[in-house]
Amino acid sequence: MIRKLRDQLGANNFLLLITIVLFIAMYIAGIIVYRENNFGRFQVFLNLFISNAGLIVAAVGMTMVLITGGIDISVGSMVAMTCMLLAWMMENKKIGAIPAIIIVLLIGVIFGLVQGLLIAYLKIQPFIVTLAGMFFARGMTAVISTDIISIKNETFLKVANAKIYLPFGGYVNKKGVMIYPYIYPSVIIGIIVLIIIFYILKFTKFGRSIYAVGGNEQSALLMGLNVKRTKLKVYVLNGFLAALAGFVFCLNTSGGFVEQAKGFEMEAIAAAVIGGTLLTGGIGNVLGSLFGVLIKGTIETFITFQGTLSSWWTKIVIAALLCFFIILQSILASTKHKRLKST
Amino acid sequence: MPKLKTLWRKLTGYSLFFPLTCLAIVLIINLIKTPTFFHISINNGVLYGFIIDILNRSSELIILAVGMTLVVAGSGGTDISVGAVSAVAGAVTIFSLVGSMSSDIYRIPYGLAILLGLLGGMACGAFNGFLVAKLRIQPMVATLILFTAGRGIAQVITQGFILYVRKEQFKYLGNFIPGIPVPTPIFVAILVVAVTLLVLKKTALGLYIQTVGINAKSARLVGLNATLIIFLVYTFSGLCAGIAGMIITSRVYSIDANNAGLNMELDAILAVAIGGNSLGGGKFSLAGSIIGAITIQALTTSLYAMKVTADQLPVYKAIVVIFIVMLQSAELKRMLHSMLNKHSIRKAGRKVA
Repeated sequence: MIRKLRDQLGANNFLLLITIVLFIAMYIAGIIVYRENNFGRFQVFLNLFISNAGLIVAAVGMTMVLITGGIDISVGSMVAMTCMLLAWMMENKKIGAIPAIIIVLLIGVIFGLVQGLLIAYLKIQPFIVTLAGMFFARGMTAVISTDIISIKNETFLKVANAKIYLPFGGYVNKKGVMIYPYIYPSVIIGIIVLIIIFYILKFTKFGRSIYAVGGNEQSALLMGLNVKRTKLKVYVLNGFLAALAGFVFCLNTSGGFVEQAKGFEMEAIAAAVIGGTLLTGGIGNVLGSLFGVLIKGTIETFITFQGTLSSWWTKIVIAALLCFFIILQSILASTKHKRLKST
Repeated sequence: MPKLKTLWRKLTGYSLFFPLTCLAIVLIINLIKTPTFFHISINNGVLYGFIIDILNRSSELIILAVGMTLVVAGSGGTDISVGAVSAVAGAVTIFSLVGSMSSDIYRIPYGLAILLGLLGGMACGAFNGFLVAKLRIQPMVATLILFTAGRGIAQVITQGFILYVRKEQFKYLGNFIPGIPVPTPIFVAILVVAVTLLVLKKTALGLYIQTVGINAKSARLVGLNATLIIFLVYTFSGLCAGIAGMIITSRVYSIDANNAGLNMELDAILAVAIGGNSLGGGKFSLAGSIIGAITIQALTTSLYAMKVTADQLPVYKAIVVIFIVMLQSAELKRMLHSMLNKHSIRKAGRKVA
């Protein structure tokens, strides 16, 4: 039956389906196990988005890069640099919030442009280029300041802490007052980015050529696609998204310090892989990456609700889950391979 | 003139030319900046000096780079778990030595603890190897698992503490053995390199790894067990990470699961790339990777000597790395070449006119 389902959906959507089913199963398990701690409240679900808004943006960008067959490990450092720059500009240089945000987004674009040029036109391995990018951005963070700068800019904090109440999904508290769940603007940014990139990948010529380039560069070239320009555009867009992820991350943390967001890029890659993106390129879906992020968030929520488990267990559980997904993918891929052989 | 040109072409054709040039440039800049750079003195019966320091500090990186080179050559992928695996190996050794409390009494013999640590490293490597070779998972994704979990596992072993071994003998491996003026890690690195070279050259294993790396399918068709070779390569990388872990923990006679071998995997991959090896697999040069590792350490040490803080170090490193890989980029050479050609054609055209 599973095989039939897979044949109907195609390996791509089948993996996405598994991810979604697993997420729902995990969540229901959480609701049952932690029913006394109100795990079932809608707010707990929304908190997954609130605490991972930055990661959603980064994972979406990462998915796009992975689909081209490349990789970008500079994202975590970019987030740190963006946070630090925002904090430094607003606190030490008294630049307004909006110009500061525009500046960091521009820097992200330039960063992506340089990396993209090196990768697409000079054909240097993406891993090495973005490794250098990672070193550079992390180092620049320290060059800007080695202090912990917290943001006190009013406009920025107003946006960061603006609670947007949803008109549904509330619960009645002990005093009999209806409490509605809320989200922050960061979540809205994350969702908008997700929708835009989903649209681009699915319905635009640029998006389809990303898949083509990742699937087989040679064929894409022979089809008359401009492979180099497509790659460049992807890295520029990803640079922008990395800076945006930094801004969204900063909305949550309201500050910058050198060691911030270490290992963020690996979380983004893990989310994409859990969501069914292949690192070899050509296959992937931003929706899957969203669920990858949500699964990681759910595990973290479990561990906070549990209370006694230490934070390093999060990493072990995430890794075990990653292992599970990867092995599942490989089994699926290999059965597909065998079927192709037999026909 | 043409003779000079052929000589130049011969030189640049030599595969170690660029890695050596990079190292030479780093060293020459150092010599200009710090005239005492090549100065070596003997204090308290041990050698001192920048060069010794570079060689000493680069030992772990050389060992990791040796394992990484074979991984890259054999599977066309990278092992990003080596830093975390060294932490695991270090944690295993120290935990089996002193238990979950810092102490100066060994619970089991030192040699046995080292062996356990190395076995731990090899087990991690074998796990990676199984995923990559048997399940055909892309190397980076497969090793991402231990990259994420490795430090967690090390934390579980040490129960979240930083464990110390307060015994003089434990420091020998990462520092000096009394009476010998050369730091011990250098000997370990030389030993690892020598044994690896011996095995690769005396048996056909080196050739096999290259063959598998260039085309695993055709390697299988000519009768090579590609799966086994890739598995072995990853296990070896785990062993190398274990050895590096021993040195790292011995240097500071403690295990800090969060920081032992942190970012070492990146430096190791970088060493392989700077050494002129393609990260796509196939042909490899162990000597190149070793030179790459020394270059990275020379760069780090010299930047420290120029009073760059540890936090800011990555900026300079990034610039140098980009510079080096651009130098080696075939695409850039072609672009420059065609630009020069165009120029000369235009010049010739003008002459004719």
